[in-house]
Amino acid sequence: MRTIHDIHGGIHPPERKELSQPGKLSDAPIPSQLILPLRQHLGVPAEPCVGLGDTVLGGQQIAEAQGPMSVPVHAPTSGTVVAIESRAIAHASGLEDRCIVFETDGQDRWIACEGTTDWRALDPATLVARVRDAGIAGMGGAGFPTAVKLNPGPTRKIDTLLINGTECEPYITADDTLMQCHADELIEGAQILSHIVSADAILIGIEDNKPDAIARVAAAIDRSGADIELATFPTKYPSGGEKQIIEILTGQQVPSGGIPADIGLVCVNPGTAVATKRAIVDGKPLTHRIVTLTGESLTAPQNVTACLGTPIAWLMAHAGLAAAPQQRIIHGGPMMGFAVSNLDAPITKITNCLLAPTLAELPLPEPAKPCIRCGHCAEACPASLLPQQLYWYARAKDQEQLAEHRLADCIECGACAYVCPSQIPLVQYYRAAKGQIRDSEQEKRRSDNSRERFEARQARLEAEAAAREAKRAARKAAAADKAAEDGIDPIKAAIERAKARKAEQGHDSEKEPAE
Amino acid sequence: MRDVLLATIPGVLVLTAYFGPGTLVNIVFGGLIAVACEYAVTAWRGRDPKVAISDLSVIVTSTLLCIALPPYAPWWLIVIGVLTSVLLGKQVFGGLGYNPFNPAMVGYVVLLISFPVQMSAWAPPRGLAEIPGLGDTLRHLFAPGTIDAVTAATPLDLLRQNTGLLFDDLMRSKPELGSWGGIGWLQTNIAFLIGGVWLLYRKIFTWHAPLAMLAALSLCALMGYDGGSSESGGSALFHLFSGATMFAAFFIITDPVSSAVSNHGRLIFGALIGVLVYLIRVLGNYPDAVAFAVLILNFCAPFIDHYTQPKVYGTRSKDA
Repeated sequence: MRTIHDIHGGIHPPERKELSQPGKLSDAPIPSQLILPLRQHLGVPAEPCVGLGDTVLGGQQIAEAQGPMSVPVHAPTSGTVVAIESRAIAHASGLEDRCIVFETDGQDRWIACEGTTDWRALDPATLVARVRDAGIAGMGGAGFPTAVKLNPGPTRKIDTLLINGTECEPYITADDTLMQCHADELIEGAQILSHIVSADAILIGIEDNKPDAIARVAAAIDRSGADIELATFPTKYPSGGEKQIIEILTGQQVPSGGIPADIGLVCVNPGTAVATKRAIVDGKPLTHRIVTLTGESLTAPQNVTACLGTPIAWLMAHAGLAAAPQQRIIHGGPMMGFAVSNLDAPITKITNCLLAPTLAELPLPEPAKPCIRCGHCAEACPASLLPQQLYWYARAKDQEQLAEHRLADCIECGACAYVCPSQIPLVQYYRAAKGQIRDSEQEKRRSDNSRERFEARQARLEAEAAAREAKRAARKAAAADKAAEDGIDPIKAAIERAKARKAEQGHDSEKEPAE
Repeated sequence: MRDVLLATIPGVLVLTAYFGPGTLVNIVFGGLIAVACEYAVTAWRGRDPKVAISDLSVIVTSTLLCIALPPYAPWWLIVIGVLTSVLLGKQVFGGLGYNPFNPAMVGYVVLLISFPVQMSAWAPPRGLAEIPGLGDTLRHLFAPGTIDAVTAATPLDLLRQNTGLLFDDLMRSKPELGSWGGIGWLQTNIAFLIGGVWLLYRKIFTWHAPLAMLAALSLCALMGYDGGSSESGGSALFHLFSGATMFAAFFIITDPVSSAVSNHGRLIFGALIGVLVYLIRVLGNYPDAVAFAVLILNFCAPFIDHYTQPKVYGTRSKDA
């Protein structure tokens, strides 16, 4: 048995997971219009490779990746491109972003997909390229391009591929449902990923509040006959943070500022593993995902497999939204999610949950009271930070102290704000402070650049002046040498020339007044 | 805050049982003054006074101060103390959460230095004197002198004034010393200990600062006891269960605003208070050591914080 380690802090909020009936999965119908943002991942947006009026088929690539920190976008079904423009996206600040909009034709015609079951014969580089071409980005919420994660570099040896089936955030059951309904695909996907990174072992971690998923995954491991370890551990938020599950299962900590590969681990979400299996074995790109539709404002909370790009309003209607007064729709879970301001925004590769709570279920926050530094937040912080000090320095915009107190190590899980008796929205302060630090770093880079440019120009001018000076000195020296050779003193010669000129001028000027 | 007030109940009841209704009258009178003062100042500062008062913090401050004041203190002593606590101790720094010092202790020290006679007039316990009734106590509040013989030396005074007797002989010669910490004082300390443990159980604060203070105080007392000569500083039990020890450990040094923030820091914070309490009690001019010790360590709290930042995830060495 694997030793399960405890992490610092953590909280036990009400789980409310039974509401969406984990384990039951249905396909959401295809909406008449899909809105596909060009950036559904962390990094550089993709560029459209279809034009207005083009007919596209399901699985067809409609936007190309731009560089390594980017992934392509594919059409989830067949239809016609009607717009490539800025549309509302699911974003905390209600921003817009470039999207490809297309009308679906309801026929769901697909391109021919070619996969291979003999992936063991392929080398990792080929498989990584296919993962990237399939548009796969981390499906746990951050949307980190998976192909980048699978390329930890030649200096890092990967011991273990870790599948993170924790799903510790309340309400969300998308991974739970995926593990129950697609356990065999999960196992094969994990084996492919392990093959790609040449891991020695595969480890699947699931929180112990998901007995059905644990049973189904265990059965799938038996069926596959593969040597895969399944570990379960006590339920606690935020055990599903990448750094947290690594400490729970290995007792090791990812070094501050480093990545799991630094300690020999690659950690992926089960959804990402299943998407990898489909990309390699079935040749299908990432065009759908499981979304939990939940909250007491819905008459039919459930898990659905939905086309990426499906408008949130459409899914809410599908789950029978009976909007209460001041109805909020939260993208993600109650801890780390954010309220969506425009329901026309579509779901993307990172949308694991849409939560429609009633006010009684999730009351609006009360006005914040003063921080009395009670320290409950420090007890709850999984990163062992001092949130009360960070709050103080964030308000004072003291970037030096924020760095000293390691704001960068905050994973924004929200445990501190959850336990705060003064109801201070702590994470908002940290996010704002991180944004300000990013801005001032950029500012510093810009001013460093200008300074370097100025110094370079200054150096160039000085070098040119020096070169001119050198040339002049050389000419002078050459003239002196020449004079010495000819036996004429150049100064005397010059005086003589000047005298001669003066005499001539004097002669002329005597004549002039007479005219 | 509400829990802190509830947790003072056992201690206040025992104080009342042994020393009469003086403390109760202090608390009610001081509380009224404090609420009025907080209301006026927050309104003047453009804040919502109802919000400021509804968090009960000002009542906690005045209650803690009034518990520490001698029973049967004159009304003006209480008014000055409460106003100093609320205004100088807290509001001038920006209100709740911004005060570098424990407000109740600021008020207490100002009174102690300004009015040493009134502040050292602690009442004799039941059994050694008659306990005044509530009516007399109220009359005494506004017309000091109504009650006779309201002053007696506390056990800590007796210990400090002792020059010739062995500790055990001193304990025997003075009936008010009882067996451990003094009549009334032992019981009061036990009552505050019970209230404090309840707060610990309710997770209002962590064990670090109180335990460190009590441990440090015991350790110092053990080292200074020397078997009980006339020069000795009193036994560990005497120090733990006399004076304001338990009250300080669970109700004063646990004020989160003015203490160190990390658990490590609170260990150091509490331990240094324990050491200072012992030193001031045994060597200082004032027997009321807690208030000075707490204020001195309030000064040190940011310094302690600077050196006791906990190890953040991902910064410990690999083999740790």
